[in-house]
Amino acid sequence: MRDGGRRRLAAPVARLVGRRLLASVPVLAAVTFGVFAVAAASPFDPVQQYAGSAGLSASQETLDQLRQNLGVDGPFPVRWWDWLTGALSGDLGDSTALRQPVADVIGERLGWSVLLCAAGFAFALLAGTVLGVAAARRRGGMLDRVVTSVSYTLEAAPPFWLGLLGIWFFALQLGVLPAGGLTDTGSDTVTAGSLLRHLALPALVLGISQVPWFLLYVRQGVADALEEDAVRGARARGLAERTVLLGHALRSGLLPVLTLVGSRVPELITGALLVETVFSWPGIASATVEAATATDFPLLAALTTLATVAVLAGNLLSDLLYGLADPRVALEEM
Amino acid sequence: MSARRVRTATAAGVTAAAVLAGVAACSAPGGGGGGGGGTDAVTVGVAQEPETLSPLLGYGKEGNSKIFDGLLTHDARMKLKPALATKLPEVSDDGKTYTFTLRDGVKFSDGKPFTAEDVVYTYRTILDKKTNNASKSELDALDTVKAKDRHGKETVVFTLKYPYAAFAERTVLPIASKAVAGRQDVNTGSYNTKPVGTGPYVLTNWRKGEKLSFKANPHYWGGRPTVKKFTVAIIEDDDVRATRLRSGDLDGAILPPNLAKAYKNSDEGAEKRTFSAKTADYRAVTLPTDNPVTGDKAVRRALDVAVDRDAMVKSILNGAGKPAYGPLPTDGPWFAKGTERPHDLARAKKILDKAGWKPGEDGIRKKDGKRASFTLWYFSGDKLRQDHALAYASDAKKAGIDVKVQAGSREVIRPKLKHDAMLMGNGFPADPDFDLYPTLHSSQIGDGWNNLGYYDDKTVDEQLDKGRRSRDTAERHAAYDKAQKALKKNPGYTFLTHIDHVYVLNDKWRGLTTQVEPHDHGIGAGPWWNVQDWKPKK
Repeated sequence: MRDGGRRRLAAPVARLVGRRLLASVPVLAAVTFGVFAVAAASPFDPVQQYAGSAGLSASQETLDQLRQNLGVDGPFPVRWWDWLTGALSGDLGDSTALRQPVADVIGERLGWSVLLCAAGFAFALLAGTVLGVAAARRRGGMLDRVVTSVSYTLEAAPPFWLGLLGIWFFALQLGVLPAGGLTDTGSDTVTAGSLLRHLALPALVLGISQVPWFLLYVRQGVADALEEDAVRGARARGLAERTVLLGHALRSGLLPVLTLVGSRVPELITGALLVETVFSWPGIASATVEAATATDFPLLAALTTLATVAVLAGNLLSDLLYGLADPRVALEEM
Repeated sequence: MSARRVRTATAAGVTAAAVLAGVAACSAPGGGGGGGGGTDAVTVGVAQEPETLSPLLGYGKEGNSKIFDGLLTHDARMKLKPALATKLPEVSDDGKTYTFTLRDGVKFSDGKPFTAEDVVYTYRTILDKKTNNASKSELDALDTVKAKDRHGKETVVFTLKYPYAAFAERTVLPIASKAVAGRQDVNTGSYNTKPVGTGPYVLTNWRKGEKLSFKANPHYWGGRPTVKKFTVAIIEDDDVRATRLRSGDLDGAILPPNLAKAYKNSDEGAEKRTFSAKTADYRAVTLPTDNPVTGDKAVRRALDVAVDRDAMVKSILNGAGKPAYGPLPTDGPWFAKGTERPHDLARAKKILDKAGWKPGEDGIRKKDGKRASFTLWYFSGDKLRQDHALAYASDAKKAGIDVKVQAGSREVIRPKLKHDAMLMGNGFPADPDFDLYPTLHSSQIGDGWNNLGYYDDKTVDEQLDKGRRSRDTAERHAAYDKAQKALKKNPGYTFLTHIDHVYVLNDKWRGLTTQVEPHDHGIGAGPWWNVQDWKPKK
């Protein structure tokens, strides 16, 4: 029976993934083209950005030579095409801002970003679900009102502001958590213990900035589910409150949250961008900021592609989960 | 197992896998143990991070690079002394050939011997058109560099395009390893982040945006440093840096004067020492000759005495600085005594009256229908330049000149500078030629960011040429004295202040000093310029 069910699912899943992969090709092409267009229109001059303070005493000859070497002249569609053909053959180019091949930049930093995002996301999901269920249980109660109003406030608060607040409270006032970095300043070794201590504050801030969405969705979903006939029936049959709440209401109440998982990915990336900058976290997001201000075309294009892939993958994941969780949904129709 | 459990387990598995993948992808880079408290590990906080650690792209060009050595180096009083060379260079009579004899038995940190080939490779690569080194024009005088064997001693011979007295000062430039860097792309290779040098320290780790870690080079030719571990934390925000210094996370830091002051009058101050480093770091206003207002010598001379430099030092710099009357600091060996211009508003007004600039109805002067008004730019976000620009505008207003202060990016400002003024900053302490020539010589007018005053004065040109070509110190002094006197008569810029760089450091080591520092003060500046020589207090 179980095996039969799996076989029946495998084919539609594969077809859905295939369709999404095909659709992602024009999306990625358009997004990278857009990046090159926007960067070309940017008021920043890549040569001045590259030369930094030394550029302010450089001769015109040196600056002209730099312009030629960096290959920053020429129409942007041509440069986009060069980049694209290079990227398809596995050469992502060199980052001008970081004086490194783009592949090295990503390789060194991606892991730290994934760790931060995963920890923040897990926290948001967990805290959002627990508090959401608790709030839905007694709508209009004390907890519900507090949790809801705090959520609305947090939705409006920008993550970097939360980050600075976190540093002020935990690092300066209480002195319990480090204010930034991956390790203590005097030490190079990344041990599990010190990593956890350094991860705690940025992950918490990133997580908290995402909690409201999950919380409000779960609260609404569970509250609606509690009104459904099936749940009322379960209660009428005298099932334990715990079983009703977690087994029946939460299960159907979680359905909209699955959609949310996918659509929160872009927000998560933007949030990570700000949080990494505030906490000097050596991830990919802080490189994005640097690439953008220095009009570092190759790095910017690679990072945008990465972000786009993450968003598309997030959407795919939530669609798949939705299909798995709700038998009424046909994957063929997505 | 029910279907639901399968799904829950799958979801949990996916999350766990993602977290694990994250951890696995960041296999921790190794390194020494933690610092804290002792005297053999030093952790300092600075504001700016180097873009690269490769000398080929400009890292450490003013010396004290920690990882590398130059042929020569500066002592605490900025006098040249030999490093990778055994003595100061022999200079030919025409001043165009410099010969350095190299030190024997020096090794790079990877164990390979240092040879004349490394010197030749370093200089040739920097001058190569394909190398993206923005400071290569500093070696403009260099024509060829060759390795020569002389009586079994390795020597390097530099031939110049023209006689250039200051050339030896350029050879503090760090020498890269040809064996390592020569096999890579100079602009993007791993030498930029994993350098190999002959210097007193070896880079153990560089996490960009966070910190650079160094450990002592046990085989350093100058003797193994007592400070075994040196960490430079990059902390852009002044307040965060001050906080981390207070919390004990840092042993020392560069701080703005107002934040450093807090340490002088507190209990914490007893264990800390404040260093106020003298610098060549000046701020000035360019007065382009093409603008009908700033192009009038009378206006320039009036502005020169209308500004209250002492007030700027007191209010903007909290006393940590000095009035500037030219690029050369007033307490330096090259300053021409007697070229100071004291604040004298009455005289400024008199100069303007005499030149025909009469006060208009709104208090702003006019001449032949022209209003005495011009725009002054500064780089947006640079608080120090903004403060100087605003103080300048307020002083000018008292003399009846209207200065409109505006902020902008480099890209916005540069095209406007033929006509508009800019609040600029610069300063290279090693030789007077380094500041005077690019700023004041007419051949440098509008060349990149050089001579933005479009300043053209025949006497100044002649004396600057004489100063850079002559090898006789007394002759050079005479030339630079004359140039500064001519600048006093015809001020193409209004020089405002020289800025001290202020550092606070735990008072645990003896005999610490600071050098005269340049405008760009990175890892090589501060009391830790010679951290390799530090000895703990008993």
